[in-house]
Amino acid sequence: MKPYLKLDHIDKTFTRGNATTEVLKDINLNIARGEYVSIIGHSGCGKSTMLNIIAGLTGASIGCVLLEDREVNSPGPDRAVVFQNHSLLPWLTVYQNVQLGVDKVFAKSKSKAEREAWILHNLNLVQMTHAKDKRPSEISGGMKQRVGIARALAMEPKVLLLDEPFGALDALTRAHLQDSVMALHQKLGNTIVMITHDVDEAVLLSDRIVMMTNGPSATIGEVLDVPLTRPRKRLDLATDPLYLKCRKRVLEFLYERHRFVEAA
Amino acid sequence: MTMPAISPDNVKMLPTTAAPVVAMRPKRAPRADRFLKIARATAVRVIPPLIVLALLMLFWELVCRRAGSTLPPPSKVFKDTRELIFDPFFDHGGIDKGLFWHLSASLQRVAYGYSLAAIAGIALGTLVGQSVWAMRGLDPLFQVLRTIPPLAWLPLALAAFRDGQPSAIFVIFITSIWPIIINTAVGIRNIPQDYRNVAAVVQLNPLEFFWKIMLPSAAPYIFTGLRIGVGLSWLAIIAAEMLIGGVGIGFFIWDAWNSSHISEIILALFYVGIIGFVLDRAIAGLGYLVTHGTSAN
Ligand SMILES: Nc1ncnc2c1ncn2[C@@H]1O[C@H](COP(=O)(O)OP(=O)(O)OP(=O)(O)O)[C@@H](O)[C@H]1O
Ligand SMILES: [Mg+2]
Repeated sequence: MKPYLKLDHIDKTFTRGNATTEVLKDINLNIARGEYVSIIGHSGCGKSTMLNIIAGLTGASIGCVLLEDREVNSPGPDRAVVFQNHSLLPWLTVYQNVQLGVDKVFAKSKSKAEREAWILHNLNLVQMTHAKDKRPSEISGGMKQRVGIARALAMEPKVLLLDEPFGALDALTRAHLQDSVMALHQKLGNTIVMITHDVDEAVLLSDRIVMMTNGPSATIGEVLDVPLTRPRKRLDLATDPLYLKCRKRVLEFLYERHRFVEAA
Repeated sequence: MTMPAISPDNVKMLPTTAAPVVAMRPKRAPRADRFLKIARATAVRVIPPLIVLALLMLFWELVCRRAGSTLPPPSKVFKDTRELIFDPFFDHGGIDKGLFWHLSASLQRVAYGYSLAAIAGIALGTLVGQSVWAMRGLDPLFQVLRTIPPLAWLPLALAAFRDGQPSAIFVIFITSIWPIIINTAVGIRNIPQDYRNVAAVVQLNPLEFFWKIMLPSAAPYIFTGLRIGVGLSWLAIIAAEMLIGGVGIGFFIWDAWNSSHISEIILALFYVGIIGFVLDRAIAGLGYLVTHGTSAN
C-alpha cells in the first residue's frame, strides 16, 4: 500500500528559555487515501501538537510530513482543520464563514455563481442551510461544529483534520454529528485524521486507531485495525463481538498499560 | 367602558362597515399601554436631570442676582445672548460671525486632525501590536510622547507650519493619536490564536488578514481608543484656538472674555459641552453598529 499521508520520524521539542520539553518522539505513521484514522491518548500527551504538525500550524523539530510524496511544512487548504472550539469568526454569518475559505481556494477555478452554489451545497451537507444568515452567537454548539465541518469540507481538502470535533457537545448531539460525519465520509471518501478522547467514538468511526503513549516524549504505542464493515450502525454494533473486542483492546491500552499519571 | 365586552373572535367576524367603531376598542388598549410604558421610561430618564437642572438654575439665579456679582445670572445670560441664540447664521465678515460658523470651523479642524489620527493611529497600533520588534522600539517612545500636554506642541507646530490652521490640526492629531495607537495595539495583540490559525489554513495574504481578521477582531478595542481620542481632540481644539485666533469656538470664547461679554462665554460653553457629548455618543454609536454581534462569542 502506497501511503497518501506520511509522518516520517517526527520529533517535537518545545523550548522556552533554557527549559526544553520533548513532547513527541519518533512518530511514524502512514495513512492511505480515503482512510479514517483516529488518534487517541490521555490528555496532554501531544495529540493536538501532532495534528498541528500535520496541518503545518506547528513545525516539527525533526522529521517531516509528506502528502502525496511532497513535503508540507506550512498550513494550507489541502489540510483543512476542524478545531475543537469551532473557531468560527463571530463577526461573519454562517454563510460568510464558509465563504472565507471558498473564495480563497476557488478564486480562479470557479465563477462567483458557482462558488455561491458550492457554499450552499456544503451547508446543505451538514444541514445548516436554514441558518446561513445567522451569526455564530445565534446558533447552538452542535450547529457551530457543523458549520466548522462545512467550512473545512468546502475547501475540498486532501486530508480533513478533526481536533476533538465533538468534545464540547452533549451525548445526543455528539451521536447525531458522529452519524453525519460517518455519512459524509461514506459519500465523499475523504481522508480523515481525527483526535478523540472517546473510545466508542474511535471504534465506531475509524478504520484504524492510533494509540499514543503518555508524555513527555509520547510516541505511537499501538495501531489497531478496526475491520468492521461499513456502513456501520450504532445500535447493531453495541452487541457486535468484533466491535466489543476492538473496544476492549483500546480500553486495555489506555487504562492498563498506559494509565494516566498525574503530572503535578 | 360603555361598550359591552366583545371577544376578539366576534370582532373579526363583524362586517367591515361596522369595524371602525367596534374594532378600535380592543386594539386601542394595548397600544395605549405600550405608549404609556414608553412615556414612563422616557420620563424616568428625562425628568430627574430636568429637575436637577432647574434647581441649579434657580441656585445660580439667586447667587448671581445680587448687585456686585461678577457673573451674570441665567436670566441675564439669556437676555444678552438672544441674538446669538436665535440667529446663529449671520456673517458680518472677519470673525464677526454667528455661532454656527464658529462651531463648524472648530468641528472641521477636529474632523481633519482626528481623521488623520484615526488612520495613522490604527496603522501604527497594528504595527506595534503585530510585531514584537516594532513594539520594543516604539512603545517607550509612545509612552513618553503621550504625556506631553497638547498645548505644549502648539509653539513647535507654529514654528514648523508658520500658520494657525495646520498647527491646530496638528495639535488635534497629536492629542488624539495616542489612545488610538495604544488601544489598537492591545486589540491586535489579543486576537485569539484560533483566528490566526483559521487565516493560516485558508492562506489569507497579509492584506486580507488585516481587513478580514485583524480589524474586525480588534474593532471593540479600536473603538474604545477612537472614543477617548475624539473627547481629547475636542478638549484640545478649544485651547488651541484660543491661542491661534481666527474663526472658531475657542477664539470666540477668548474674544468674548477680552470684550467682557461674559454671557457669550457661558452660551459658548453650553454649546461646547453639547457638541462634545454628541461627538462621544456618535463614535460610541458607530462602534456599536460596526461591532454589533462581535463581542458575543
Ligand atoms: N506552545 C507550546 N509551548 C510549550 N509547550 C507546549 C506548547 N504547546 C503544547 N505544549 C505542551 O505539549 C504537551 C502536549 O500538548 P497537546 O496540546 O498536544 O496535548 P493534547 O494531547 O492535545 O491534550 P488534550 O487532550 O488535553 O487536548 C503538553 O504537555 C503541553 O504543555
Ligand atoms: Mg488537544
